[in-house]
Amino acid sequence: MRPFAYVRATSLQEAADAYAAHPGSRYLGGGTNLVDLMKLGVETPGALIDVSRLPLAEIRELPDGGLRVGATVRNSDLAAHPLVRSRYPLLSRALLAGASGQLRNVATTGGNLLQRTRCGYFQDLSTPCNKREPGSGCGARDGLHRDHAVLGHSEHCIATHPSDMAVALAALDAEVELYGGAGTTRRVAAAEFHRLPGDRPEDDTVIRPGEIVTAVLLPAPAPGAVSLYRKARERASYAFALASVAVVLDLDPGDGRVRRIALAFGGLAHRPWRAAAAEARLTGAVPDPGAVRDAVDAELARARPLRDNAYKLPLARHLACDAIAELTGAHPGSPATP
Amino acid sequence: MPHATDPPAHGPVPDGAPGPAPRTPDGAPATAVRSRVALRVNGVHHELDLDHRVTLLDTLREHLDLTGAKKGCDHGQCGACTVLVEGRRANSCLLLAVALHGCEITTVEGLAGPDDTLHPLQRAFMEHDAFQCGYCTPGQLCSAVGALREAAAGHPSHATAAAALAVPGPAALSAEEVRERLSGNLCRCGAYPAIVRAVTDAGADAAATAAGAEVTP
Ligand SMILES: Cc1cc2nc3c(=O)[nH]c(=O)nc-3n(C[C@H](O)[C@H](O)[C@H](O)COP(=O)(O)OP(=O)(O)OC[C@H]3O[C@@H](n4cnc5c(N)ncnc54)[C@H](O)[C@@H]3O)c2cc1C
Ligand code: SF4
Ligand code: FES
Ligand code: FES
Repeated sequence: MRPFAYVRATSLQEAADAYAAHPGSRYLGGGTNLVDLMKLGVETPGALIDVSRLPLAEIRELPDGGLRVGATVRNSDLAAHPLVRSRYPLLSRALLAGASGQLRNVATTGGNLLQRTRCGYFQDLSTPCNKREPGSGCGARDGLHRDHAVLGHSEHCIATHPSDMAVALAALDAEVELYGGAGTTRRVAAAEFHRLPGDRPEDDTVIRPGEIVTAVLLPAPAPGAVSLYRKARERASYAFALASVAVVLDLDPGDGRVRRIALAFGGLAHRPWRAAAAEARLTGAVPDPGAVRDAVDAELARARPLRDNAYKLPLARHLACDAIAELTGAHPGSPATP
Repeated sequence: MPHATDPPAHGPVPDGAPGPAPRTPDGAPATAVRSRVALRVNGVHHELDLDHRVTLLDTLREHLDLTGAKKGCDHGQCGACTVLVEGRRANSCLLLAVALHGCEITTVEGLAGPDDTLHPLQRAFMEHDAFQCGYCTPGQLCSAVGALREAAAGHPSHATAAAALAVPGPAALSAEEVRERLSGNLCRCGAYPAIVRAVTDAGADAAATAAGAEVTP
């Protein structure tokens, strides 16, 4: 590992100033991804700016009924928060489906969003990787790519984003708040925060150099809406998603039609994949199994699976159909509910 | 009233409590690649001069001669290095010591009481023969201590049923819950069935003691 300077920031501006003074430095959250990548030589910052003790560890209810989650709130505390458990259960579920108890105690909200892909070639300096070293090629395209993307990938990169939390945030229409220095902040929709690789796979997200994630903002939940997160992985726990799905469903209690549905896939693309085509087909429709399957298939028709990962399509279809069927049964507005 | 076993609300470092050590005001470039780091380990205060690259695991093993915490993978994937930081379990191989300045650390060496009375989990592991080679055991023990605290504080897990997720309260630990909550600790010898029995037993005892403590003033 390359030697590095260390700065413990006590204010946002101090962190931003330290970044300006140390080009190419990295912010340190819990370090569960960054320290790992530094050991592997993938990340070689000359300085770490520790933002983990900034006063951003608060979860606060907003006047409009939403929730503000500070960037340094640990994943386990977010999952255990009473308001998250009761109002955004899919977010608790997504967090609890990720990593391990030890890692969740340390991992921060900001760091979770900005964790890098688990593509083995990205982590192995002896292989080509356009994300790690732009222009060097993509080792995974003709290599081991069972875990890789089926949607939205490019000739330059086929990696997936590994975060479970980010998939739930995309389905919840959450926003990410960013501090850009000199008192300026901006907000980006969580579903737009991660990008598709295109010809710039080195950029995972739309964050600008030096910007700091300060909070995630959750809108007030729609009364009566139900939600869940479902994840398929190679072992029952402590493994990344092969595919996952986050669903928020609001049915009309009168006629059982879909008032609103948000459907997001994880493990299929370079970012959480909001299934806009499926959502559009289902909105206003009665979500019977046939209609749901047609809508999900319409979304997955856009997939371009690779040699070894076509299995992800039936996997994702079953996850989504089962999740919606379960929510339809559980929904207070469902004809199936007595 | 906070329970004695409650994990701190925010961890693993005390929120908003930056220590006096390394920081550069006004964004002036910091160039030092080492710092003085204060840690309290198993109740003993230490001041160390450390390269910023040194992890908590290497600090314990190489600088403090505490070799209980083990290095299995050094990448957060096995749990052998699990210790308690500010009372919460964490993988010490992914924590930089410099970032923990001012923190309280407990390792497996610090679990027993002052008169060497073993921790109830240590006794349960012996009773249930919950190990073979023992390499994963220090991590399993620290992880189990943390997991029981989390359960007492009402933290849910992936195995928690929907009704219990919606209504927070201390979690009773079934074998399924124990398996899920300890999934961050691998055992190459496959001693899992006995580990699960040991932790389930110790968890039930702890819950019974806590319930008893509530009725006896
Ligand atoms: C064995 C293992 C299994 C895992 N399994 C899963 C899983 O199943 N699902 C899952 O979702 N995750 C999983 N993870 C990943 C884990 O969730 C992430 O490592 C963690 O969320 C990262 O958070 P952190 O605070 O430690 O980030 P760090 O490692 O501190 O930082 C990650 C990145 O974010 C940047 N950063 C951190 N905070 C900020 C901020 N406030 N503003 C701007 N930039 C910032 C850093 O510079 C760095 O680039 C696993 C990790 C391991 C090691
Ligand atoms: S898929 Fe992306 S991250 Fe993986 S080797 Fe190819 S370019 Fe690198
Ligand atoms: S040595 Fe830390 S998790 Fe394996
Ligand atoms: S007892 Fe040998 S690794 Fe667990």
